Amino acid sequence: MEIGDVVRIETDKGVFEGLLLPSIDENVITLKLKNGYNIGILKENIKNVRVIKKGEKPKYELPPLNIEKKHKKTVSILSTGGTVASKVDYSTGAVHPSFTADDLIRAVPEIADIANIEGRAILNILSENMKPKYWIKIAEEIKKEAKRADGIVITHGTDTMNYTAAALSFMVNADFPIILTGAQRSSDRPSSDAYLNLLSSVIAAKENIKGVFVVMHETSDDKYCLLHRGVKVRKCHSSRRDAFLSINSLPIAKIDPFSKNIIYLQEVERSEGSKKVEINTKLEEKVALIKVYPGMDGEIIRYYVDKGYKGIVLEGTGLGHAPEYVFDDIKYAIDNDVVVIMTTQTINGRVNMNVYSNGRKLLNLGVIGCEDMLPEVAYVKLMYLLANYSLEDVKKLINKNMVGEINYRSDFKAYGGNYGL
Amino acid sequence: MDYNEIGLKVGLEIHQQLNTERKLFCHCPTELTNEVKGEVERILRATLSELGEIDRAALLEMRKGKKFIYQYNNSSCLVELDEEPPHMPSEEALKIALQIAMLLNMKTVDVAYVMRKIVIDGSNPSGFQRTIFLAYDGYVETEDGKVRIESLCLEEDAARKVEERGDKVVYNLDRLGIPLVEISTAPDINSPKMARETAKRIGEILRMCKVKRGIGTIRQDINISIKDGARVEIKGVSELYLIEKVVEYEVLRQLNLLKIRDELKERNAEVIEEIYDVTDIFKNCNSKIIKRALKDGKVKAIVLKKFGGLVGKEIQPGRRLGTEFADRAKVIAGVSGIIHTDELPKYGITEEDVKRLREFLKVDEDDAIVLVADKEEKANKALQAVIERAKEALIGVPEETRKANEDGTTSYLRPLPGKARMYPETDIPPIFIKDIEVERPELPEEKIERFKREYMLSDELAKKMVFSYYVDLFEELCKRFKNIKPTLIAKTLEESLKEIKREGYNIENIKKQHLYSLFDALSSGKLAKEGIIEVLKGFCEMPDKDIDEILEIKGLKGLSREEVEKIVEEIINENINIIKEKKDKALGYLMGRCMAKLRGKADGKMVNEILKEKIRNIL
Repeated sequence: MEIGDVVRIETDKGVFEGLLLPSIDENVITLKLKNGYNIGILKENIKNVRVIKKGEKPKYELPPLNIEKKHKKTVSILSTGGTVASKVDYSTGAVHPSFTADDLIRAVPEIADIANIEGRAILNILSENMKPKYWIKIAEEIKKEAKRADGIVITHGTDTMNYTAAALSFMVNADFPIILTGAQRSSDRPSSDAYLNLLSSVIAAKENIKGVFVVMHETSDDKYCLLHRGVKVRKCHSSRRDAFLSINSLPIAKIDPFSKNIIYLQEVERSEGSKKVEINTKLEEKVALIKVYPGMDGEIIRYYVDKGYKGIVLEGTGLGHAPEYVFDDIKYAIDNDVVVIMTTQTINGRVNMNVYSNGRKLLNLGVIGCEDMLPEVAYVKLMYLLANYSLEDVKKLINKNMVGEINYRSDFKAYGGNYGL
Repeated sequence: MDYNEIGLKVGLEIHQQLNTERKLFCHCPTELTNEVKGEVERILRATLSELGEIDRAALLEMRKGKKFIYQYNNSSCLVELDEEPPHMPSEEALKIALQIAMLLNMKTVDVAYVMRKIVIDGSNPSGFQRTIFLAYDGYVETEDGKVRIESLCLEEDAARKVEERGDKVVYNLDRLGIPLVEISTAPDINSPKMARETAKRIGEILRMCKVKRGIGTIRQDINISIKDGARVEIKGVSELYLIEKVVEYEVLRQLNLLKIRDELKERNAEVIEEIYDVTDIFKNCNSKIIKRALKDGKVKAIVLKKFGGLVGKEIQPGRRLGTEFADRAKVIAGVSGIIHTDELPKYGITEEDVKRLREFLKVDEDDAIVLVADKEEKANKALQAVIERAKEALIGVPEETRKANEDGTTSYLRPLPGKARMYPETDIPPIFIKDIEVERPELPEEKIERFKREYMLSDELAKKMVFSYYVDLFEELCKRFKNIKPTLIAKTLEESLKEIKREGYNIENIKKQHLYSLFDALSSGKLAKEGIIEVLKGFCEMPDKDIDEILEIKGLKGLSREEVEKIVEEIINENINIIKEKKDKALGYLMGRCMAKLRGKADGKMVNEILKEKIRNIL
């Protein structure tokens, strides 16, 4: 008896006929009945099992689409294992990740009306399992793909998309747009946000702009998407489709996927159309991100120092504070040449360590305030700087804007996701 | 009619909302509200099939770009808006569903799975309805025999359609997610009466469990077929008394359609698959319908060879074969109706017009012509639909989904649905049914017996009370107010309320706490039972007032024993001669005098007691 077989199971409570599915529990047999419903039968209740028909392996090979490459621009879509174009096996309910340009066009035929589409899978992992070495892999693939693409879309799980966006922002210097996008509702649902996000991403990837961006829904409506700067964006809700907000910054642009219009809300660097790309993938992985909280044990800081860490990002309270009872531990880190930098756990707003004596004392210890930079971005930036610059330069560069990660001006409207658009 | 001979088979599908604290997959209340806190606009797309393809028809539908607007409020949250994964299913709902399964003698599955049933008409923002197959293989006994119950599913109710705004459909999310059981019988029912009996019996059993009551909380779909006929699904029969009629009329419809088919065959009838433009014939016609349509449209026609006289033949009371044609044209093309030669002259179309039409199309008297006057594209689409339906008339009864009209007739709704596309809800783990402990509720007859035994209700009152909306409240009140006779409580809930409703009082204003305070007042002697009706009326009129205010306003403020004694004494003094004359026999007369003054202000029993004592003292 194998998965996919049609079986007949006799139990004390009647006879069941259906398709054998993978089981969820070793004591249970799962069947798909003729009426479409799945049921589980406890093995202890089974009296007799008979295979009625051997199952056929479902085929996932489909004939090529032969879409004419009629557009001036080509957009490449690289998948990292997100669910934008995965296929569901309706008999078992399992999701089969498969990814070619044809698959994408079958899922969202409208993208072929916007640009020539190329596509391939470069990774197949859930975004919570992302690691710095995968960021490097993605950067390398972007470089390869640049040969045939005018813009690149990367589909990515939403959980850690902002970390990847930040890493690519520092590692990749490209003269074309790199767009990260994903879905909060998986694409096997009729209501998935993947469709508009992907459509809007392809529209953005055709623009004459350069840099790393994130494209996701603007609101809970299926109306517009926003183009966010990769180093100024954050997932701010665990499930809503408008989870991604630009923080301490307005979004770059608003995209109407139906009319295909883009309205720019901010200045953005323009591409020269050279398709040039340089990458520098050196990263110092021994960097920690530590959240400060009442009652925290400063030993955690010493632990990292003793483990040979080179940098620590503190996510402080308010304007950038930490309890006095961890000052000695922070001093221990700095005395051991660990770079300690300060961001704020309020996420919104700027660090200013001159206002209260606590902040001044931290400054005196050698902690560096990071302006309005997001903690996750500061973490990635410190990894990048430590691998590529001298200790002195790292300390100078960490709170200076390099790729748009720091705004020196705080825009009144850039708060709460209500940008007054 | 001999229903056995014609091979009548009827199956019922009953949908009943459960009265749970929260919705099936979130923590919102299960109360409907008309409130709108905001709106969200969405689109739905057909998803990839197993083969990685999108259904062509669905793709076409999608490209039309239909948009949906969802109104949210205090009865909906991010789960209904498809912005948050479902919560674990309401345990209360599972328990109620399992209790219902028990009373229907069903077997339960060992492990239940939440499934997603794809629906992209917008009634679910997620694009699917969640449903759980819980039980199978049961039965109910009816007067006319046993009816097998095939399945019981627990599912979420759909969103409530509010309006259409241009090409956007607006839904309110309050109803979405209210738990619903779907009970399907086998096609064991073989007469209209049995259909009604079965629905009644299942309805009674449902009321033994915690289900919602009132309009829209129970919906019945009926599947009907006869020998040589076809399976027809009739949606949305909400009233019990209609079931019998719907079945009778559907049998009639199928029999008549079969008769028409035989007649058509005999005549060698034929449907000409061509749409003619007959606008010129009607250029100078005086019909208002035609004139209006000709402003920006055309008159189109089709010819049904040898259909003459049959298009106008009645197949259900007030409904003809022509009505069936018109239904299709209305649903599929959105026209307001069709005109056929069997009904002409009518609508201002004269005999002369018909004659010219026949000449133009070169057809005889025994042929029928169907006309549609509308914008050209719509008219063509409508006539194409009529052609399809007319061709089906040559074969017999088409399989379709119909909706019940108020008079028990039915009209076309849509083709029978294909096999539902279902796949597992990956956000909810499977449910092990044996881990859920459920008590078996009483069957209706068991409960009636207990009410007679425990509360000393009459047979009639016990039956009424058991199926009453207030049954749980009745038991609560009996428990709490032990010094009040259960019969009085039952009569108040079942009879007095209905009585004042008939008089036009809005008894919906009467809530649980009103009834509590009413019986509290009775129990403590503040109110005499004669005043119950007046207090209930008072609560209907002034639901915000408390019992003391109502008693004050209605002049029912119960008198204290001392005050009653004083009044009784006055009456005795006025009638002292009578007492001396009639001795003990004066009691009855004086009681009448006392009550004339004290009715509603003092309990009759107390008055009687005081009066007796005082008379005895005098004698």
